[in-house]
Amino acid sequence: MDGRWHGERSLSAETDNGERQAPAAGSLAHRDEPMTAAIEAEGLTKTFGGEVKALNGVGFTVEKGTVLGLLGPNGAGKTTTVRVLTTTLTPDSGWARVNGLDVVKDANKVRASIGLAGQYAAVDENLTGRENLRMVGQLFQLSRKDASRVADELLEHFNLTEAANRPSKTYSGGMRRRLDIAAALVVRPPVLFLDEPTTGLDPNSRNSVWQIVEDLVENGTTVLLTTQYLEEADRLADNIVVVDRGAVIAEGTPAKLKSTLGETVLDLGFADTTTAASAINLFKGSWPAPPVLDGTMVELPIDAGPSQVMIALRTLDEAGIAPTTMTLREPSLDDVFLSLTGRRAELEEADV
Amino acid sequence: MSATVLPQPAVPMKRSKLRRSISDSLVVTERNLVAYLRIPDQLFFSSVQPIMFVLLFRYVFGGAIATPGMSYVNFLMAGIFVQTVLFGSVSTSVGLAEDLHKGLIERFRSLPMARSAVLFGRTLADSVRNVFVVILITIVGFLVGFRIGTSFGLYLVAFALLIFFAFAFSWVFAYIGLSASNSETAQLMAFPILFPLTFASTAFVPASSMPPWLRWFAEHQPVSIMVNATRGLMQGGPGANTGHWVMLAIIWSFIFMAIFIPLSVWRYRRVG
Repeated sequence: MDGRWHGERSLSAETDNGERQAPAAGSLAHRDEPMTAAIEAEGLTKTFGGEVKALNGVGFTVEKGTVLGLLGPNGAGKTTTVRVLTTTLTPDSGWARVNGLDVVKDANKVRASIGLAGQYAAVDENLTGRENLRMVGQLFQLSRKDASRVADELLEHFNLTEAANRPSKTYSGGMRRRLDIAAALVVRPPVLFLDEPTTGLDPNSRNSVWQIVEDLVENGTTVLLTTQYLEEADRLADNIVVVDRGAVIAEGTPAKLKSTLGETVLDLGFADTTTAASAINLFKGSWPAPPVLDGTMVELPIDAGPSQVMIALRTLDEAGIAPTTMTLREPSLDDVFLSLTGRRAELEEADV
Repeated sequence: MSATVLPQPAVPMKRSKLRRSISDSLVVTERNLVAYLRIPDQLFFSSVQPIMFVLLFRYVFGGAIATPGMSYVNFLMAGIFVQTVLFGSVSTSVGLAEDLHKGLIERFRSLPMARSAVLFGRTLADSVRNVFVVILITIVGFLVGFRIGTSFGLYLVAFALLIFFAFAFSWVFAYIGLSASNSETAQLMAFPILFPLTFASTAFVPASSMPPWLRWFAEHQPVSIMVNATRGLMQGGPGANTGHWVMLAIIWSFIFMAIFIPLSVWRYRRVG
């Protein structure tokens, strides 16, 4: 167990000159076998208005039939990445291929083979659910008859038949999201992009969206999903790419990312932030993995079992600091995110 | 989720590029017309405005305006027709600005459809709406004393020219709609363009009553040309010079389209 920490920490960090280091064994292998990749991106950059670098060298690969969770806070570049991959935005530099097709040169062929759903690709609220789906079908070059049939079957599949003839502005948030995803599935695209598919949904609707995604993946669809919810990524994603400030800062399986923080995490609560700050100073530098300060909490990664917990408590005792609470738990992706970016993923949601 | 399986995917049709552009445009046109019908109050109030203009000029200002050669109501109606179809193009810019900011254009741009179809779908739907508005205004005009001085055939020619000219002009507003930061701004941006063009024109008063500099503008700008063409076709009379104005109106229509169709499609590709 001792060796795990140093052996597997840097999963696929970007080096300073922007080149990618070889990914850790077992995470994102097959990089050199293009036939198995549904999505490939390399060195994508995009600057808006001459100033804001929305993308600063984003690159990753998504294997066919897998789910990639693109994780990061608001403004990290998740949506911009999706827009490049779905051809609605041209990158300044870098390249990307979806189903082996270049997103700039073969944009229209890419569009025919992808589905896009999410907060920025809406349904028409004046049209009924059926009219929305039929319109999208016809714009996918289906005949009117085929578009109508597919629309009805999708409405049935997504439990929207009863609401099919109502303008979609009367739909609840969860219904609208299901209609949105249905619209992305009109031609059953091999690659599906879901941009924050559950943001703002209640837990029930969120669960049903997750169920839909799991069904699709079971049927062979490749999914790229952006999310601010680590729970969502944890449940759905085979691999996770963490972006921050337009660049990939980590990637790997959820388990692997979590293992960067060790087997378990020791949460120590203190009476106030000052005490917590002096407590964390005791561990900075000397602790095998970096401790994290979060308000009055100090989170210590634990690799070496109970003896390491005893070391932690003894260190505190010698300094005359007593924690008020203490919990041992599995690390979450949220911890990973905090240790990578120094920020919590979901806190910045208020900016939307 | 429900137990039903996902639908069997249908096979997209193989179509030529032109065939696809036309069918995509018609699909979007249908969508816009359905949306118009779903908001009947908007349709109602957008028809009220031109009726108010008819009544305002016919009964409030009309008595003070001298029009040589014809009654004021016959002079006025040509101006009202042109003003009404041009004001209708505000809905082109507002509609596109709304689609843009509600994320619909993002959806359309991710679909394998013709790049120009969203714009043609909008301008064509607004042309269909203009057909109904011109019929409505014709009826209102008849009720307040308007009569066709030439023939029903020439009235139909004027009708067709109005729809064509307004279609061409709406591309200016398609570009504005894609450039505005939101639909309210798109609406506000319309007035600095529409007001000088419709009021500093021969639509409501003869240009001879204006100071020389304004008169020069009013006699040469495209809205006056279209008004003169409509008036000539509907009322005729000596010195109407109808053929000349109709020709110029058609040329102006092509100028608007030649500049603003490519500009709008270019904007559509890059917007957002």
